[in-house]
Amino acid sequence: MNNVTINWKHLPGADDISRSILPNGITILSRSNFSSPSVYVTGYLNCGSLQDPPEKLGLANFTAHLLTRGSEKRSFREIYDSLETVGASFGMDASVHTSGFSAKALTEDLPLLMDILSQALRHPTFPDDHLEKVRAQLLTSFAMRAQDTSEMADMEFDRLLFPDHPYGRPEDGFAETVLPIQRDDIVSFHQSQYSPEGMVIVVVGGISASEVIDLVQKSFGDWQPDIHPERNGISLVEKPEQSIRSHITIPGMSQTDLVMGTLGPYRTSPDYFPAAVGNNILGQFGMMGRIGDVVREKAGLAYYASTSLNSWKQLGSWEVSAGVNPDNLQKAIDLIISEISRFVSEPVTDEEIDDTKSNFIGRLPLVMESNGGVAGSLLNIERFQLGLDYYRQYPAIVQAVTKDQVLETAQKYLDPNALVITSAGIAKGKNGHTP
Amino acid sequence: MNNTFTSHRLSNGLLVHLKEIHTAPLISQWIWYRVGSRNEIKGKTGLSHWVEHMQFKGTPSYPAGVLDKAISRFGGIWNAMTYLDWTAYFETMPADHIQLAIELEASRMHESTYDVEEVESERTVVISEREGNENIPIFRLDEAVQRAAFDEHAYKNEVIGEMEDLLSIKRDDLYHHYKRYYAPSNAVLCLAGDFETREILEKIEKLYGGLKNEETGNPTIQPEGAIEGERKVEVKGPGETVFVRLSYRAPQANHPDYFAFTILDSLLGGPSPMNMFGGGGISNKTSRLYQALVEKELAVGVNGSLQPTIDPYLYDITVTVHPEKKAEDVLVVLDDEIKKLQDTFVQSDEIARAAKQARAQFVYGAENITNQAFWMGYAEMFAHYDWFEEYVDRLRKITPEEVNRVACTWLQADHRVVGIYIPENGGEEA
Repeated sequence: MNNVTINWKHLPGADDISRSILPNGITILSRSNFSSPSVYVTGYLNCGSLQDPPEKLGLANFTAHLLTRGSEKRSFREIYDSLETVGASFGMDASVHTSGFSAKALTEDLPLLMDILSQALRHPTFPDDHLEKVRAQLLTSFAMRAQDTSEMADMEFDRLLFPDHPYGRPEDGFAETVLPIQRDDIVSFHQSQYSPEGMVIVVVGGISASEVIDLVQKSFGDWQPDIHPERNGISLVEKPEQSIRSHITIPGMSQTDLVMGTLGPYRTSPDYFPAAVGNNILGQFGMMGRIGDVVREKAGLAYYASTSLNSWKQLGSWEVSAGVNPDNLQKAIDLIISEISRFVSEPVTDEEIDDTKSNFIGRLPLVMESNGGVAGSLLNIERFQLGLDYYRQYPAIVQAVTKDQVLETAQKYLDPNALVITSAGIAKGKNGHTP
Repeated sequence: MNNTFTSHRLSNGLLVHLKEIHTAPLISQWIWYRVGSRNEIKGKTGLSHWVEHMQFKGTPSYPAGVLDKAISRFGGIWNAMTYLDWTAYFETMPADHIQLAIELEASRMHESTYDVEEVESERTVVISEREGNENIPIFRLDEAVQRAAFDEHAYKNEVIGEMEDLLSIKRDDLYHHYKRYYAPSNAVLCLAGDFETREILEKIEKLYGGLKNEETGNPTIQPEGAIEGERKVEVKGPGETVFVRLSYRAPQANHPDYFAFTILDSLLGGPSPMNMFGGGGISNKTSRLYQALVEKELAVGVNGSLQPTIDPYLYDITVTVHPEKKAEDVLVVLDDEIKKLQDTFVQSDEIARAAKQARAQFVYGAENITNQAFWMGYAEMFAHYDWFEEYVDRLRKITPEEVNRVACTWLQADHRVVGIYIPENGGEEA
């Protein structure tokens, strides 16, 4: 095992993260970094596409995008004039479970940023003309998505892995579900779903914890949790019993994108770390792990071929993605299947597991060097309730993973004969333009 | 913060920039070579980028597959990029493991293997990268407009190269390109982070001091002047979305007009990102073109792009046209907005605002060691490190008269390329 020497005091822990909860249910996390004259703000509210009516999928996302289009205190023009004049940035979007925000400013401009955030979340006006402007932007993004081989292969993969399930549907919806959304739908979504209860806000940068709490208190303290929205649970999903193959034809494309995989562990599952270590060996370490080595380095079939483990609260997915010439599609699929077969039939080597552990631990200071990196990590801690000392315990958690656990976990989740395999590109069997 | 900056040139010409930053136990190393698509000739386009790929294929001391594992093992990140004027490689590592990165960059400056089989397997990887780009409508439009914007200069080619060249380039073409341009006198080595300057400089002297410049005398490259006439380019391809691109000849980075042009760009299309890592992100919703096009529902997105280069390159404005509107309507408004800048002086507070936006971006970018090391070398590729150090001050000093003069000089309708991407609603089978 290679020795990685890290001063753990550089990493956030219980002694330098401040966490408090306002009476209205807002959780505030912060960590000061006085060597930085800027701040990063991020967080979420507890509503997302899970609350969308199926025929109006994309409602939560549409609502989030409209929050900065006008508020009681400022018009669209005034909001962005304030932000852009001071070089601040501010963005919102919705995922399945949450509607999230993130923003960045010089520390001196944090009060302004907090006021804009509070107005956006609490007092948006949803002007009619902006509804149509944002709708046109969404429709254009759908038209561009329909031509994007990587996004289409991904979307088809999610649809087949999570049939009739919120995880199987795109959070931003489809043209036919965004077209019927009216202003009333947006207003009532906002009124019935946006609540301080369960809201999380993280501030990291050149500011003290007490100043952060004061600012949040001032902007959000009087927001009463009048509504108690019902939070739909999500149903669990069975993993595929045999392989499912689907191809989306998009004419005129030079490259075909491929996604293959199955379910993975949820974030707090005991299987998570063995799967994460295994995933790194399979398709991330160095130049995209074993799969990158076989598909890109040895066979020269693809510019990229790598794996990802996506773990959420109750479910997860384990995926391989690659971009290949249409002629090489089947060859790439076969190579990936044979790598997965090897991965589930024999343990990884000592060198592989040591390298990966060393990589996981050694990369922490890099993740944490910027305010944005620390803020994202604190949000992660809160979202999955990992504990404030999580990043200090992390090395021990990683070190405890064994080769046997990696193999057992791989066998539990990955079956080379039961994968969802999707691709998007020109019709199968048609040539690209490489001889 | 106690940051010391040191610049030193070795006797073989290698320029070394070092900046101590002790906020995190990290070091980022960048090595920059003055070679990119600018240095390529017809029939051999894409050489610089492919050479960059080959530099990951091993040296006698660090065989292929050993390098990437060695970096990853310590939690480091590394990558490389090739552009018009330069090729750059970086490694960001925990401070106590930087030795490895320093040794490997010295090794691959002069002894990369260029094994024939590796060249062949990388050929299909590079072709695959190009095919991925071709899937994107904006790449297709960009390629056509760039080609129309230059008669002779190599800036006319995409960095990745022409497909026919990628099919015909040989191992020796790559190796000669490498040997010619990967020389100490053609490189800048930059380190930023948690180290002692004297100690690092000794290591660098030891590893690089003995390297020689094998081939000297790079061919002279003739810069290209104004675009003659208005050139129109239409690209047809799959999709449903229309894109419009206007390209004007732009001043090179060390041209006296460059900073006034930067203000112009910021007013028209919004502040351009200054950081390669962990910065940027200021929106452009109050910019003139956003207000005139997106707010008026003629477009769903617009941005401008001015890039610092050695020779005059291009100023691009790209518009994503509203699904119910036409490219022609967009062009009328673009011309109108440019005319306003030529007819009327901008306010001085608009200039102050652009300068503050740049300052904020520098602050965000400074959090990131990789980005700090990036800035030191990047500026050397087309000017000097001072160029970056003085950036915000120089923006502040620009006057409304200068912005007006730059708009009149450089943004002329009879010296530009007008590109339109025409979607074929699904396109044709290849």
